[in-house]
Amino acid sequence: MSGNVYVYIFVMAGVTYLIRMLPLTLITKKIQSTFIKSFLYYVPYVTLSVMTFPAILRETSTPWSGLAGFVTALLLSYKGKGLIFVSLCSCAVVFLLELILVA
Amino acid sequence: MSKTNAQHFFKGCRDGVPIMLGYLAVSFSFGIKALLEHLTVGQAVLMSVANVTSAGQFASLSVIAAAGSYLELALSQLIINLRYCLMSASLSQKVDPNAPFFHRFIMSYGVTDEIFALSSAVEGPLSPFYTYGQMAVAIPGWALGTLLGAIAGNILPARVLVALSVALYCMFIAIIVPPAKQNKTLAIVIVVSMVVSAVFCYAPYLRDISAGMRVIILTVALSVAAALIRPVKEEDAA
Repeated sequence: MSGNVYVYIFVMAGVTYLIRMLPLTLITKKIQSTFIKSFLYYVPYVTLSVMTFPAILRETSTPWSGLAGFVTALLLSYKGKGLIFVSLCSCAVVFLLELILVA
Repeated sequence: MSKTNAQHFFKGCRDGVPIMLGYLAVSFSFGIKALLEHLTVGQAVLMSVANVTSAGQFASLSVIAAAGSYLELALSQLIINLRYCLMSASLSQKVDPNAPFFHRFIMSYGVTDEIFALSSAVEGPLSPFYTYGQMAVAIPGWALGTLLGAIAGNILPARVLVALSVALYCMFIAIIVPPAKQNKTLAIVIVVSMVVSAVFCYAPYLRDISAGMRVIILTVALSVAAALIRPVKEEDAA
């Protein structure tokens, strides 16, 4: 390691904070454009979908347990269950399935 | 007014619990990895507290281990974390317009995938205190997980870590699915996003694009497409 670790940490923290802070503080007015409003309305749904699938299949020891956790979460949230319940049930399904599938 | 601020805060704390559980698991593995890359326990925790970004922190370890330049580190963080820029822009429209401006500077520190997800799922304007509540529970979890991983990497059985690693994804699903029940366009947007994301993960050439870039490219492209095909009416966007 040649650089100073504390400088590394400071640099990355600064960059990351600016990325988060600039849009929040520079865009203060209500945006009037229907297109931009629609764009920003869809952003969370697209981002979260893209980040979740297929990444969830790669987190587990076998894609099948990840898939089972994914389907469990889909079904339970479709039934309107809360965040904690959905998360914990899916974790439990993954855990149990891995006990069976992974030696 | 102060009472409702407190109510928002405690609601945020409660909703932040699953985030904290997921963070514990993820940052635990970060703590293990940081020590392997010769950071000290203190440096690992400091990095977690100062950054609160999983992908960015993991990526930084390889730059630091390779003694990369500060510029290289800054650029890699910029690309990996650029999605926060979109999230903050989205939140800028969501924050309660009556909330004092300085709140935006503090909220910025807590714009993570998960806190953003919950904050944008609020009905109506977003109280900064709701976001603070989540931050107050989730960020200590992020720091504590890092600490535990760094000092005792192998106390948790691997099976438990694997099971916990899906917690955050399942929370994302629990956030995006309920609104999609009432709104067919959203349901289509979600399914198309996941299918296209899978194509980008597995198809030759496309799979060489890094995960951070994939999220940015697909978020911009698919949100633009959705906005052009189905512009949102005033009442939906509130």
